[in-house]
Amino acid sequence: MKNTDTRREFLKTALKSMVVSSMTIGSIFTFLSPEEARAAVKNVRWGFLVDTNKCVGCGLCVKACKLENDVPYSDPITRTWVERYVVLNNGRLLIDSPNGGRDGYTSEVTTTRLVQESNLSAVATKFTTSTAITNKITPDEIANAFFVPKLCNQCDKPPCVQVCPVGATYQMENGIVLVDRSWCIGCGYCIQACPYGARFFNPVLHTAEKCTFCYHRLVKKMQPACVEACPFGARKIGNLMDPSDPVRKIILSEKVGVLKPAYGTKPQAFYIGLGKNVR
Amino acid sequence: MGSHVFRPLWVAIAVIILIFVVRYFMVPSDFGIQERGFTYGFHRKSDESEWAGIKAKYKGRDYCKSCHAEKYRSIMNSKHRIIQCENCHGPALNHPVNPPKLVIDRKRALCLRCHTYLPYPGSQRSRIEGIDPAKHNPGISCVECHNPHKPDLELAK
Repeated sequence: MKNTDTRREFLKTALKSMVVSSMTIGSIFTFLSPEEARAAVKNVRWGFLVDTNKCVGCGLCVKACKLENDVPYSDPITRTWVERYVVLNNGRLLIDSPNGGRDGYTSEVTTTRLVQESNLSAVATKFTTSTAITNKITPDEIANAFFVPKLCNQCDKPPCVQVCPVGATYQMENGIVLVDRSWCIGCGYCIQACPYGARFFNPVLHTAEKCTFCYHRLVKKMQPACVEACPFGARKIGNLMDPSDPVRKIILSEKVGVLKPAYGTKPQAFYIGLGKNVR
Repeated sequence: MGSHVFRPLWVAIAVIILIFVVRYFMVPSDFGIQERGFTYGFHRKSDESEWAGIKAKYKGRDYCKSCHAEKYRSIMNSKHRIIQCENCHGPALNHPVNPPKLVIDRKRALCLRCHTYLPYPGSQRSRIEGIDPAKHNPGISCVECHNPHKPDLELAK
């Protein structure tokens, strides 16, 4: 056999296999018309924006949320809550959230209403009321104090959804994580999986419970109850896929932070003026 | 092979078939992998519309405005215009049908949510006109003297 024959044979085989493989690939991928391509891109992704500089700790958001969503009012559970951070001149950090901030903050941090020390996580401080300290805090001791409203972050990689053994909790295409109350067995894995402490057990329904960004209101073109109730505009919701959305513009152009980014959950609740002590 | 091998095998197969039969009747037909993929989207699709169908309890001030135009104007001309009606008057629910009358929260505690003075530098809270609840007419309801719809004018009810 001559060398040229081999080369010809080789090129022939190579061409044939190229044609066959390109046909195979072509049958896997389909060409979309521009309309189809635009329809394939999801056009709603809800995101939340909290301005901690505007929050005054009135707790009207917590009250509105509990009433809107039938969360038992007197029980120490809530879908959204407000934490108070008081930084003292000596570097000490005091965090509290009595009743999740449901009744607002109507007293200074004093001996009677004191809380947690800096080395404990903020999630653990939710609903804690009293760890008395010996000295009363005077106004000149306070270096800085601020309020941080918290709620479900509707993470892009929600760990609470991954751990559900029965498929009762899920994420919709618009990013909101919901709980199927008729399917939830109340095992509580998701409550433990959430690094933000945003989930809790509903004592009436015996299912896992969480913030839904008031999905039932969003579909009616209404704002979430907490957003509407906030007198100071500290809470905002927006469609992160809409180029004309004011919330999206702020997130893209201003310095915003998220809670616990190191967990890799890709939280979608963004914070303006997030203090470095906030966890 | 003897029947001691096949007999338990038939039992095992029967159990597996039973599981599939039970699964067929127990699992709703719309249960499956939806838009967000297997990891995050495995659920019963119809639950989404069940959540969407829940009725809103807070209706917003535009709903109040349609009947209580006078009250709406008075609050919008005051500093309290930033506060929604339902924050003090309670969620509208199906008002005026059910409940026919809303219960107004006239408690001191409601005003104190914002108007307790807290000495917090850097916080907007310390910039709100605030009182020390222990010293400023303790025990008396705020609305005895202050009109929430006209907070600027003292004693003008």
